[in-house]
Amino acid sequence: MATQQSTGSTLTRAWANTALPTLGAILAVALWWLVTVALHIDPFFVPSPADVLDAFMRDPGFMMNETWVTFSRVLIGFGIAVAGGLLIAVLLAASWTVERMTMPLLAAINAVPKVALAPLLLVWMGFGNSPKIVMVVLVSFFPVIVSTMAGLTSTPADLRELGRSLSASWWQTFVKVRLPWALPQIFVGIKVATPLAIIGAVIGEVVSPDHGLGSVIVGSGSSADTPLAFAALVLLAITGVVLFYLIVAIERLLVPWAAAIAS
Amino acid sequence: MITIEAATQTFKARGGRVHALQDIDLTIGAGEFVAVIGRSGCGKSTLLRLIGGLLKPTGGRVTVAGDRVTTPRRDVAMVFQRPALLPWRSVLDNVLLPVEIFGWSRAQHRRQAQNLLEMTGLGGFAKRLPHELSGGMQQRVSLCRALIQGPKVMLMDEPFSALDALTREELAVELQRIHMELGTTVVFVTHSIQEAVLLADRVAVLSARPGRLRKVIGIDIPRPRSFGHNAHLEEVAGASAELHHLLLAEEGAAHHPA
Repeated sequence: MATQQSTGSTLTRAWANTALPTLGAILAVALWWLVTVALHIDPFFVPSPADVLDAFMRDPGFMMNETWVTFSRVLIGFGIAVAGGLLIAVLLAASWTVERMTMPLLAAINAVPKVALAPLLLVWMGFGNSPKIVMVVLVSFFPVIVSTMAGLTSTPADLRELGRSLSASWWQTFVKVRLPWALPQIFVGIKVATPLAIIGAVIGEVVSPDHGLGSVIVGSGSSADTPLAFAALVLLAITGVVLFYLIVAIERLLVPWAAAIAS
Repeated sequence: MITIEAATQTFKARGGRVHALQDIDLTIGAGEFVAVIGRSGCGKSTLLRLIGGLLKPTGGRVTVAGDRVTTPRRDVAMVFQRPALLPWRSVLDNVLLPVEIFGWSRAQHRRQAQNLLEMTGLGGFAKRLPHELSGGMQQRVSLCRALIQGPKVMLMDEPFSALDALTREELAVELQRIHMELGTTVVFVTHSIQEAVLLADRVAVLSARPGRLRKVIGIDIPRPRSFGHNAHLEEVAGASAELHHLLLAEEGAAHHPA
């Protein structure tokens, strides 16, 4: 299997990696178009791709700007969530006592519906960026913690014994063995968390609209501009895809060996 | 080099204590190659871990180079059944792992690591990642990683048992060459009679539950030894037969004394 893949020319693989997803997207849009035209659906309910593109082209600069606002909130919040999640997971993995004391608490915090917290964040932090960023963090930190802990506690027995036979310190074992070993699983958690981060930003923007795509959607609702809402949704989806593949690229860079191990 | 006096090891388990080893006495000289052979569950790996300081004996004592073993020592290197390589490190960096952990200078040991890789036929693979190597090559890397410690004692826990038969023989012959070259004391746990007869100066036969030292057999065949046709087929056959008998007759030994 593996040899077959490596003998296949790189050109074929590049074709498969870019052309096929593009083709899939084009087919999906075509289907959407076909359905709206064939069933004579009122653009007020479901606009056709053309209506959506129209809505976007009314003021592309504005739309791109709002996209950037949401994306930057996602990036900052997600960065904090990943860094904080890693740190918390390391602390939990380092101390059994701390883990037992705080894990149920973290699970409880995670179980609270974040939408319900949004008005509170508004009360505590007012308008502007911070409540949105905090919402992103709240929504996306948990998968990072869980996956990191799973990764850190899954060091194979033979590697643990190797470390012991070399009298490696806790820190040496952690840095040279446990953390690198955990990386593939950490990335699973991070990838699970990416769409959550975007959802968090949109919740924040819908609850207290100022800028960003969430605010655009709220605004389009009050002016009954469905195509504009769809344009915002498409931009959100594209943001999600970009963020996801950004993470995949970082993963390929940091953990090039992971795919080889898994096969 | 190694003395084991009345070493006893029991483990707590469900429904009482399990006697893994009982009253083992064994002295191993410097440069000697001792194979420890026995059925699975006879405590041979436990014995190795006692010498390596990974376990503390519940009774008796173990010394290496005159010192009582309490923790792992830097001049005692272990080779495990599986290569236990770090998949993200190149072959060379895997060999240098003990150097890093001991806080030695990487620059000073780099050449030595390269030499070890060349000695085991891996000279051209220093920059490769472990998954690009075959199982036999991976186990050679783990052998190099043990040798970079400059060990007085090598403890090998069925190091070739996960490999295919031909690779196993190839590596056994290679280990013999390395042992003749370096003169390291080796304790080699195996369940292969063939390997034991090829490699060992003496073979310690353990019986199971509790693990006791049944007999120590000297193998007086000149080195280098080889598999297949050679001038000492009779001695090899004799030693193999005796080991077979000791291992297989174990169950009924009380009723049918040899």
